Amino acid sequence: MGTLLVLIVFALFLVAIFTGGYNKDLKGLLEKSTVWDWLTTVDHKKIGILYFFSGIFYFVVGGIEALLIRMQLVVPQNDFIVGDTYNELMTMHGTTMIFLAAMPLIFGLMNVVVPLQIGARDVAFPFLNALGFWLFTFGAILVNLGWFFGNAPDAGWTSYVSLALNEYSPGPGIDYYVLGLQITGIGTMISAINFLVTIINMRAPGMSFLRMPLFTWTTFATSALLLFAMPPLAVGLLLLMFDRLFGANFFDYTMGGSSIIWQHLFWIFGHPEVYIVILPAFGIMSEVISTFSKKRLYGYTSMVFASVLISFLGFMVWVHHMFTVGLGPVSNSIFAVATMTIAVPTGIKVFNWLFTMWGGEIRFTTAMLFALGFIPTFVIGGMTGVMVALPPADFQYQDSYFLVAHFHYTLVGGVVMGLFAGAYYWWPKMFGKLLNETLGKIHFWSFLIGFHLTFFPQHFLGLFGMPRRVFTYQPNVGLENLNLISTIGTIGMAIGVLAFAANVVLSFVKKEKVPNDPWNARSLEWTIPSPPPAYNFVQTPLIRGYDAWWIEKQAGNKSMKPAEPIGPIHMPSSTFVPFLMSLSLFIAGLGFIARENFAAGILGLIMFFITMFVRSFDRNHGCHIEPEEFDQANKGVKA
Amino acid sequence: MVSRKGIRHFLTVFVLAALALSGCAGNESLNVLAPSGTSAEKSLDLIKLSLFIMMGVFAVVISIYIYVLIRYRKRKGKDVMPKQVHGNTIVEIIWTSIPIILITILAIPTVKYTFDMANTRASEDSITIKVTGYQYWWEFEYPDLGIKTSQELHIPVGKQVNFILEGKDVIHSFWIPALGGKMDVIPGRTNTMPLDAKKPGVYQGKCAELCGAGHALMDFKVVAQEEEDFNKWVAQMQKPSPVQTASQKQGEELYRQNCLGCHAGTNPNVQGPDLTKFGTRTTIAGILENNEKNLKMWMMHTTDVKPGSLMPKIDYLQPQEMEALVDYLMSRK
Repeated sequence: MGTLLVLIVFALFLVAIFTGGYNKDLKGLLEKSTVWDWLTTVDHKKIGILYFFSGIFYFVVGGIEALLIRMQLVVPQNDFIVGDTYNELMTMHGTTMIFLAAMPLIFGLMNVVVPLQIGARDVAFPFLNALGFWLFTFGAILVNLGWFFGNAPDAGWTSYVSLALNEYSPGPGIDYYVLGLQITGIGTMISAINFLVTIINMRAPGMSFLRMPLFTWTTFATSALLLFAMPPLAVGLLLLMFDRLFGANFFDYTMGGSSIIWQHLFWIFGHPEVYIVILPAFGIMSEVISTFSKKRLYGYTSMVFASVLISFLGFMVWVHHMFTVGLGPVSNSIFAVATMTIAVPTGIKVFNWLFTMWGGEIRFTTAMLFALGFIPTFVIGGMTGVMVALPPADFQYQDSYFLVAHFHYTLVGGVVMGLFAGAYYWWPKMFGKLLNETLGKIHFWSFLIGFHLTFFPQHFLGLFGMPRRVFTYQPNVGLENLNLISTIGTIGMAIGVLAFAANVVLSFVKKEKVPNDPWNARSLEWTIPSPPPAYNFVQTPLIRGYDAWWIEKQAGNKSMKPAEPIGPIHMPSSTFVPFLMSLSLFIAGLGFIARENFAAGILGLIMFFITMFVRSFDRNHGCHIEPEEFDQANKGVKA
Repeated sequence: MVSRKGIRHFLTVFVLAALALSGCAGNESLNVLAPSGTSAEKSLDLIKLSLFIMMGVFAVVISIYIYVLIRYRKRKGKDVMPKQVHGNTIVEIIWTSIPIILITILAIPTVKYTFDMANTRASEDSITIKVTGYQYWWEFEYPDLGIKTSQELHIPVGKQVNFILEGKDVIHSFWIPALGGKMDVIPGRTNTMPLDAKKPGVYQGKCAELCGAGHALMDFKVVAQEEEDFNKWVAQMQKPSPVQTASQKQGEELYRQNCLGCHAGTNPNVQGPDLTKFGTRTTIAGILENNEKNLKMWMMHTTDVKPGSLMPKIDYLQPQEMEALVDYLMSRK
């Protein structure tokens, strides 16, 4: 610790010397700096970009964890990473990928795109948007801090009790999981409410609910899911926190608690979570396929209702994660049938995508390739989904590698491929640069082939009797070859991700700018410059139907019809309060994890209340951008 | 290019599925696809039924997919303006109702089997075995026969075995892939599951729920025997094994001093596997072959062999004492 402090002080001095020392006004310098700008921003596009890059960072971290896992499993009885260390890796891989990679990547795209798609200048609550992001960031750091201080969480991303109780996980690992996820969870809830309010209240004139682009619709559905799914998780984590930190006995059966309660709470959140991450991917698919087929989305209304139905049914099926708990044949049957019904709206979606392409003119851009790779891959994941929904069969699949294969087909083949499609599609809108198509194609093919090579054999590993979450397996029982193939496949995925990383770097080096609408697309975000100015729309557009921009283009118009005269635009002011609020919760979390005495924890909470107090008396009502300043402000977001 | 990918997808799925369903990969002792029990057969029936229905769906999807990608790809030099269709109610009703029909076809046997497989009615032809999961070993108790053993489960072929599953520490999951599906072993809860074996053999059992550092090595063996052999085993388990030689005598003394606390349940905090008939077992700790060399190695390096094992390393005995202890344990037949 001492060395660290000395290094920090030293680094601060170096910064001071290189930025001009005491001759410069520190505060002025700070406020003009790019770092300060990003730390205090409330602009939805910048927050979206922050989310997106955090997501990529944790995607890489989780990916490295996955590579280490596959390295351990490459041969039977390997001793590279065993026992608790393996459990830590496996737990952190799952936790990182779900909570710290998939969620922020989705929030990133939603933040950048949704206000643009509905013709809004920002989200409804810019302050809360920033708060949501910083809570996520500090929560994510807290979850990962276990690697450096104490031990990382090691009871699986589901963190089942009693394994996660003090008695069986004595280190601070699970505390990091509990408090870290609690903090990110608050951020997620706040963001979900923000999106709901934004979509309900801030649509441009003429944009009725049934004229909203599908990505906006799926964002709406996802936010609604989050609103109802996060509280059960928060309650579960709270109970676990009381059990671990304050000696409560909610989950200890010897004291009258029950370990099944955790599973119910976790999966009442956990199953909707699956749809939370896949629905936006469905939205991306709909946008990308429609654009690159040059056709209106087939069966738009049924797509909307399918999304809503999936969200609704998503809450009715959580017990299918618990078929082997022994809840009895009645409840197993009910939840099995409920689960199978989800195949119907999902099938509607797949057929609608296919028929959107039918009769169209398909351009094989990288974004489209990812969308096309998504279809067969996700269909396989969906089919195994129906298969695992049947309890008598699930008794065999449950907690085996078959299940691992199934959910990676939906989460990687579905969510990640969808996100890559979205990244290639909206990259020009986010940064004003195109990603390279050749590198993109290398990315796509090596990722797709690597993916199938990794996960297809895992179906059979499960059927051949390999349970999940095992750090090794015995030789001579028919598991060697498939495990080897699976590990080889990860190389393909790694090359794909490296190609993407190279592509990202190259896009920032590139000088050429892209026009407003590089893809000949259909929705509102393509009517404004890439990247858009801080205020997005000079004049709020008037919406005359679904595919608003396409309608205007077909009518021969060069731009949208305005719905208001040119006038000063009200913009929210930047603020550092969200950062401080999140930092104080982080300190509080860390203080409680340190146990011994809760002084630091209480200090953090006091800091939190002070920042809330500051916010309550904040009289800054934002600023106005005058019409004369539009050109200046038009330079857009710094990438 | 893309179409070829689609065909490849389809072929790989089909070939691998056919290969796997014919059972020519995997090992018979723990293969879901080569069932040796009624329960596993029922599971496999449903796996096959659902797989075939799903393959049909996949074939339809992938055919449309390939056709669309070839037929409607953008061709060089041509610039077509596709017709902007909204949808087609009849087509949409068709692809909504066909899945509903398919799901109904699946749902009927599913519900039937779900109830069948939960049926643990005791009859003359069934035996009851109480299973308790510990970190990281299994205890098997035959209440009607007065036998208690661990790591190795003996069952008679052709009889229904009603398992009563109870947990003590964390959640485990009791899984014998070749005989049937799994059931969780949950502290504070009693679950039941009927299984049977249709032919004699040694099957492998696994713990399927993450239970800590040693989860991967929480294996057990299931020995399915013809009635006659099973009765012989029962008789052997029920008769005492007296100490014969001086070395065994010394071993017994060492066992009393060093092992009995945990291995006979007198220590309230730690419960170790019952070793009364250790010499009859084929494995040590469920994973090592049972011979003197491995037994010594296991006792000296418990946590290296099985991470998280609660048994301390017995590395403080004199070589001669170790010999005596091993001799004693091996004579427990």
